[in-house]
Amino acid sequence: MTRSQEGPHAGRLDGARPVPAFEITVDGRPVPAAPGQTIGAVLHAAGVVSWRTTRVGGRPRGLFCGIGICFDCLVTVNGTPSLRACQTEALPGDRVTTG
Amino acid sequence: MPGSGHEGPGTRDLAIVGAGPAGMAAAVAASRAGLDVVLVDAQARLGGQYFRHAPPGLRAGHPGTPQRGFGRFTRLAEALTGVDVRLGHRVWAVEKAVEKNAERNTAGNAGKAAGNDPGNEADQNPGKDAAAGFIVHCLAGTRDERRVTLRARRLLIATGAHDRPLPFPGWDLPGVLTAGGAQALLKGDLVPAGRTVVVAGTGPFLLPVAAGLAEAGARVAGVFEANGGAGLAPALAVRPGKLAEGAGYLWRLARRRVPYAVRHAVVEAHGGDRLTHVTVARLGRDWTPGARRTIACDALAVGYGFVPQIELATQLGCATEAGGDGEQVVVVDAGMRTSVPGVYAAGEPTGVGGADLAEAEGWIAGRAVAADLGRPVRPAPALSRRRDRLAAFGRAMQDAYPVRDGWKGWLRGDTLVCRCEEVPYARVREALALGATDARSVKLLARPGMGWCQGRVCGYAVARLAGETSPPPRRPVAHPVRLGDLAGLPDRADETQGTANDPAGEEAR
Amino acid sequence: MTDVVVVGAGVVGAACAYYAARAGLSVTVLDRGPVAAGTTGAGEGNILVSDKEPGPELELALLSARLWRELAGLGGFEYEAKGGLVVAETSEVLGSLADLAVAQAGAGVEHVPVAAGELPGYEPDLTPDLAGGVYYPQDSQVQPMLAAARLLSGAPGAVLRTGVEVTGLLRDGDRVTGVRTNEGDIPAGAVVNAAGTWSGEVAALAGLDLPILPRRGFILVTEPLGGRLGPPLIRHKVYTAAYVTDVASDSEGLETSAVIEGTPSGTVLIGASRERVGFDRTTSIPVLEALARQAVALFPGLAARRVIRAYCGFRPYCPDHLPVIGADPRAPGLYHACGHEGAGIGLAPATGHLVAGLLAGAAPTLDLSPFRPERFAA
Ligand SMILES: Cc1cc2nc3c(=O)[nH]c(=O)nc-3n(C[C@H](O)[C@@H](O)[C@H](O)COP(=O)(O)OP(=O)(O)OC[C@H]3O[C@@H](n4cnc5c(N)ncnc54)[C@H](O)[C@@H]3O)c2cc1C
Ligand SMILES: Cc1cc2nc3c(=O)[nH]c(=O)nc-3n(C[C@H](O)[C@H](O)[C@H](O)COP(=O)(O)OP(=O)(O)OC[C@H]3O[C@@H](n4cnc5c(N)ncnc54)[C@H](O)[C@@H]3O)c2cc1C
Ligand code: FES
Repeated sequence: MTRSQEGPHAGRLDGARPVPAFEITVDGRPVPAAPGQTIGAVLHAAGVVSWRTTRVGGRPRGLFCGIGICFDCLVTVNGTPSLRACQTEALPGDRVTTG
Repeated sequence: MPGSGHEGPGTRDLAIVGAGPAGMAAAVAASRAGLDVVLVDAQARLGGQYFRHAPPGLRAGHPGTPQRGFGRFTRLAEALTGVDVRLGHRVWAVEKAVEKNAERNTAGNAGKAAGNDPGNEADQNPGKDAAAGFIVHCLAGTRDERRVTLRARRLLIATGAHDRPLPFPGWDLPGVLTAGGAQALLKGDLVPAGRTVVVAGTGPFLLPVAAGLAEAGARVAGVFEANGGAGLAPALAVRPGKLAEGAGYLWRLARRRVPYAVRHAVVEAHGGDRLTHVTVARLGRDWTPGARRTIACDALAVGYGFVPQIELATQLGCATEAGGDGEQVVVVDAGMRTSVPGVYAAGEPTGVGGADLAEAEGWIAGRAVAADLGRPVRPAPALSRRRDRLAAFGRAMQDAYPVRDGWKGWLRGDTLVCRCEEVPYARVREALALGATDARSVKLLARPGMGWCQGRVCGYAVARLAGETSPPPRRPVAHPVRLGDLAGLPDRADETQGTANDPAGEEAR
Repeated sequence: MTDVVVVGAGVVGAACAYYAARAGLSVTVLDRGPVAAGTTGAGEGNILVSDKEPGPELELALLSARLWRELAGLGGFEYEAKGGLVVAETSEVLGSLADLAVAQAGAGVEHVPVAAGELPGYEPDLTPDLAGGVYYPQDSQVQPMLAAARLLSGAPGAVLRTGVEVTGLLRDGDRVTGVRTNEGDIPAGAVVNAAGTWSGEVAALAGLDLPILPRRGFILVTEPLGGRLGPPLIRHKVYTAAYVTDVASDSEGLETSAVIEGTPSGTVLIGASRERVGFDRTTSIPVLEALARQAVALFPGLAARRVIRAYCGFRPYCPDHLPVIGADPRAPGLYHACGHEGAGIGLAPATGHLVAGLLAGAAPTLDLSPFRPERFAA
């Protein structure tokens, strides 16, 4: 997992903080999420921009196309591998594991 | 052959794949004309790309959030009463529901899936004698996927487009997003792509992306348009109003002191395990890079136009042709009928031209299907004129924002061309040296396009590197499908609902 | 003038060119498309001795398996000596499988009988509902497209010309003296017809009847497994005994039998269907479903794995399921190397080796009479 040094940066618009309606965890670390947001958006907003590495080069991958066509954003949620983070809505208590 | 024995009780009049502006308008038009319509979309919410909006819960937390076109969207959405809307349904294949044996042995059928077979034009008939209809194979749900099979007498392909990226060193670093991806993240989830964002690529779409990010609180460190903006005159002659729109965006960017430069491109992205800065180069006429400088940023939104998503059309053998931007588009007549009787296409699949054009084509397609199924539909010449004008504008915009081959000079031997299979440029060159002469043979020898995305991301680049324009897509399986679902295992069969669903796939044939 | 023109840059043409060039002949290879983009581009790359009954094709296959092992030394393409595992659902089928293996052993095929209880030692994720199987250590696999391309680039002095279509044959009386192409005439000492499923058309240019027809096959390709995704890892080529009967079948209708294997890129390839439907590329969902059902029946763990691609190709088949290899007495100077159906990749080196021998005037090391081109004449 790649994380911003300065912590969460986004998830806000013009200073309006989203109401963190619930939390999910990324490798055990709690991250705020709002209803209807995708897992990819929740992670990105928390400064987590990659959550898997590639098979050959071990290169980090996160969001790229944002609409479900590139499969860069594959993520393991509650043990289920290969879900597209940009297409999977975050649900309370979701456990994301990176690696 | 409407009324033939192949139409089971679950057969709708019209199945529409894609609930963007085109699909929504078509659904409204067709259902108003009395058709039984099912509207299918992979996304969790209606609207496609242009009408993408944040979920209500999130919107409530951000009262002032701009949601462009939301009024228009709401009106369309409210008019969908009576339409069976299936969200979260990914269509992985479409099929003709005809007697297989009768069809197969006809010689004329042989070349059809090649997509471009001129012989297809022989059956360019007003879609009135389409065969027994179509089977739409879907996967429903994201986490707990299941197979759903729908059937309809007519099929409309309104599947929109996806971004067209170009490869450059570092483009696979986390923090680099497509322009549309950054836009989707902002519009759908209210998350700006980064704190400091560079926007680059070509085309008018860069402007709303940059303006949206700037207004959402991101620092936009620069907008870099690879073309010069010359050649816009023909487009603006067709739609002078667009000049004001473009000027409006530029003013919004200027107000936030966002630097805007033409004839510049991001030619390299840097960072260890995430983006930290980009190299921007001045471009020569052919996009050969000149003077360079670096800009610190934690996100890059980059896009070089769009690729129409037409694999469902080519699965059925619809004729395609190269559009002005080199991408394959579905050939349609004035009623949005494709070369395959009973199959229609609207929106970006017929040529990228924006949301207004997509919506106009949707109205036309919905009405044409109704007319072809014998419903009384009054002619709407104004609608056709509007479509023609918007399409002319779309083509003129493509001409004004071409992609020049100089981008190949941005590549290094170790630059990944295919992100999924991690194929570097050197391996593509090697395949060409071994006797590959087109995108398909490069793929066979070096694997670009064989991975998860099936060449959606690298397709344009690989085709250009092989010296051709993009060939029609061959994707018999448009979305990954679990073998258990494909097998139609009984334990999954129980989970489907409704008469139209056909878990085991038995009834469908 | 070039000694030899090879029509077709598939794996068979590439092997002919390779061995002819190695024999000191000057070779020009022509293909109307790119390299390896015909049926070779749709093949799985299995090199099988296990699926052939004792007879001429098995002789060819054994020679070929040996040659492929040698060719692997060229490098630049994947070659895996992984072995094949043939499994039987019932004890009755297992009985005939064992009989076949014994008969094959007489011809030089190595095999190891595998009892039901030993199957997990070979393939841990196989369904437990099997009666047993036979393991064939000589079965192997290549990446066929790269292999063909490397054979061509490794053929000393051979010239590859892509985008050149043969539209006619140059004649001197009955004799074939070269080819006519969209890029002009190319005189040659000999012409090798290695046009795969289109070889009948090339033969027709000489006024000859060569009954080679397409037999369509679909393949499913899964997401790449391995890494964190873990098993099922499929170690060998695994197929059901039914495959052997399907291969030899004369039926027009659809036949499918599970043929499953992993590749070094992490995907699992699932075949194989056989249908005679002309050159129709339209995807048949029922075929894909049948392949999936059989794969999951054999490896239940595959049910959760996703198919990300499917493709089809057209095997070049002859009515008697044997290839056509050798000089055509009806048109001196014309040689055929085609009609290998679902085994052209496996049989390519032996074919190339034998054809090159004929071209160089050497006595064939194998009896070629079962493969003679004129055998179909009424
Ligand atoms: C990521 C992205 C963001 C964009 N954002 C904007 C923007 O903000 N403003 C703007 O003016 N233009 C935008 N565009 C351009 C866009 O193409 C619009 O012009 C417009 O949305 C096109 O309308 P449409 O109806 O043709 O297709 P879309 O709006 O793209 O709708 C197509 C729909 O089809 C669905 N679909 C596709 N394939 C399948 C399948 N196999 N199964 C099920 N459903 C499927 C998709 O999920 C999508 O909802 C964007 C494009 C992209 C790619
Ligand atoms: C789904 C499937 C799976 C298979 N799996 C295996 C397997 O595991 N193992 C195995 O051994 N075999 C397998 N096969 C069979 C194997 O792919 C073929 O037997 C083999 O590729 C044939 O090779 P070829 O060189 O004869 O033909 P091709 O590869 O088709 O080459 C013929 C070439 O001739 C060219 N050509 C044709 N006409 C002309 C002309 N007039 N002028 C110029 N050029 C011309 C074509 O463009 C083509 O490139 C499989 C086949 C299929 C369809
Ligand atoms: S970001 Fe491309 S599939 Fe999710």
